[in-house]
Amino acid sequence: MPSNKSVSDAPIVQFTNCRILRDHQLQREDLWVREGKILNPEKLFFDEKGSADVQLDCKDSIIAPGFIDVQINGGFGVDFSLATDDFKSGIDLVSQKILSHGVTSFCPTLVTSPSSVYHQVLPQISVRNGGTHGAGILGVHLEGPFISKEKKGAHPEHCLRTFEAGAFQDLLATYGSLDCVQIVTLAPEMRRSSEVIRELTKRGICVSLGHSVANLSQAEEAVQHGATFITHLFNAMLPFHHRDPGIVGLLTSDRIPAGRRVFYGMISDGIHTNPAALRIAHRAHPKGLVLVTDAIAGMGLAPGRHTLGQQVVEIDGLNTYIAGTKTLSGSVATMDTCVRHFQEAIGCSVETALEAASLHPAQLLGIEHKKGTLNYDSDADFLMLNDSLYVQATYIAGEEVWRQDVSGM
Amino acid sequence: MRLVILEDYDQASEWAAKYICNRIIQFKPSQGRYFTLGLPTGSTPLGCYKKLIEYHKNGDLSFKYVKTFNMDEYVGLPRNHPESYHSYMWNNFFKHIDIDPNNAHILDGNAPDLQAECDAFEKKIEEAGGIDLFVGGIGPDGHIAFNEPGSSLSSRTRLKTLAMDTILANAKYFDGDLSKVPTMALTVGVGTVMDAREVMILITGAHKAFALYKAIEEGVNHMWTVSAFQQHPRTIFVCDEDATLELRVKTVKYFKETKSFSSILKWTSTLRIVNTDHYCY
Repeated sequence: MPSNKSVSDAPIVQFTNCRILRDHQLQREDLWVREGKILNPEKLFFDEKGSADVQLDCKDSIIAPGFIDVQINGGFGVDFSLATDDFKSGIDLVSQKILSHGVTSFCPTLVTSPSSVYHQVLPQISVRNGGTHGAGILGVHLEGPFISKEKKGAHPEHCLRTFEAGAFQDLLATYGSLDCVQIVTLAPEMRRSSEVIRELTKRGICVSLGHSVANLSQAEEAVQHGATFITHLFNAMLPFHHRDPGIVGLLTSDRIPAGRRVFYGMISDGIHTNPAALRIAHRAHPKGLVLVTDAIAGMGLAPGRHTLGQQVVEIDGLNTYIAGTKTLSGSVATMDTCVRHFQEAIGCSVETALEAASLHPAQLLGIEHKKGTLNYDSDADFLMLNDSLYVQATYIAGEEVWRQDVSGM
Repeated sequence: MRLVILEDYDQASEWAAKYICNRIIQFKPSQGRYFTLGLPTGSTPLGCYKKLIEYHKNGDLSFKYVKTFNMDEYVGLPRNHPESYHSYMWNNFFKHIDIDPNNAHILDGNAPDLQAECDAFEKKIEEAGGIDLFVGGIGPDGHIAFNEPGSSLSSRTRLKTLAMDTILANAKYFDGDLSKVPTMALTVGVGTVMDAREVMILITGAHKAFALYKAIEEGVNHMWTVSAFQQHPRTIFVCDEDATLELRVKTVKYFKETKSFSSILKWTSTLRIVNTDHYCY
């Protein structure tokens, strides 16, 4: 059926025979796409008297918004915290490979590193749209070095820093540039952290609390100054205590400014967090849960030794430790594995699991008007999944950028 | 008239849908020779629309060469409001079938000049060669479309103020809040529907029984505007048992016996062309 396109000449694609995630539910509706965005077919019908140029039968797949990974340190042998000569091709490789995990946008993450690394690496990363070349880069996540020594986890102690007289200027000098930075993880108990948090928030950068020994009031103060995220909840922070819940207490704090929501990252690889703890967090604050992979260079590779910035890491199955220790360091679980494991561990609906990896990270970054949903006019970044939440195909801006091989490879 | 009585809502919906389907197929519409269909909204025709969509999805029925004209639309309700008749038609019918958007006509309740919009609608019907089959419902107050009690039986498409009965009946679609229900609408006139070559009125449910009684067993009366169709040469009333509760036993018996002749043709799951030319109206 030819369409009368008074508004645009671009082809209109109608994805039929599918269940789409919209308004927090899987609905039996068709998905319409034009010029890389989700199209309102009713408006098309009545306003433009238009119809689809191409109809694609999705064979009863689930269509969900593409996953957004806001904490990923590398993968497939690439380490974002290593200033190599072929850094650019490394980031391109990762962004291309994670398409098969359903990730359509991500924040390359740098762990605590010497200042020189930031100065060399950051200028080589730019915010860019995704496409056939790979997932889109939303901005960098800088995890450290302004974190606590006691909770450094896998971060190298000799690179940790504090805010001295310069506070925000110290931070700027350490990183070199904040141009494409989207998230900064820091420990709020550090002196002068409040003003740093305010400065970062003013620049539209999301401040996350992590690798910290802050108590609940310190954490609440940080939130009042603008912090909105918690880096891998439970890990690298004080454990929940009934007289001082610490950072974990933010999930049910009554001192969060009105209209604001605190989000928290969870690595649901089955190792970083016991399923019971995952359930406690989810039940306490379901709308804040953001699934992250915290994936390291070894993700996607065979078990063995790999690097994570300045450290050497040993991979054995899904477990990743600092070589020779039992200190967890990142994970090798893929995003879709995390979504499946989360759904199973929590026993939640498919919709809830999918939103934890798409809608919530988009809300965290304040981009839910164009990413993380299948609402009309948002970017057509979406996935086709089967009922067991295995990704069958990945689309960015309405274009198919990855498809599961029929042979199942 | 023909009065076709089916056992329940589902059967009535299916009968009506098959009738419409057969009419379209018999007509053999093609490029430049469209079948024109008048369409209603509300809860009564939902089952019929579902069946038509089913026939379309089975590949038995195409709307490619069908033009539709809806009966009415609220005034002042944004077109994308979930209760507008545009939304109703999109969600319950148009989005599931292959109709050309240029051929789906619904009055625009937000037009800057409402009377001009109504006049243009009449013109479009005329240009389409008139309506082959106008499908309608009946309100509890006996109205067809929004031709409320007191509407002229020779009226044309125009702006109407809704009667309290209608507003009350519609409140359920607006969270039960009377203040949210639109009070005015654009509607085809009784005369407009009378001009159609064939008319089919769907009536189901006990709450419509009294209106049906007034419409077919009493005289032609502008207080029960559906009664105008007593004077139409080719009108079918399709109803379920509950809708006949206020009719005389004699009326019901007569039409049930008459229908049994046509049941020789046996409604099966495969569609048959129904030759109804022998039928007496």
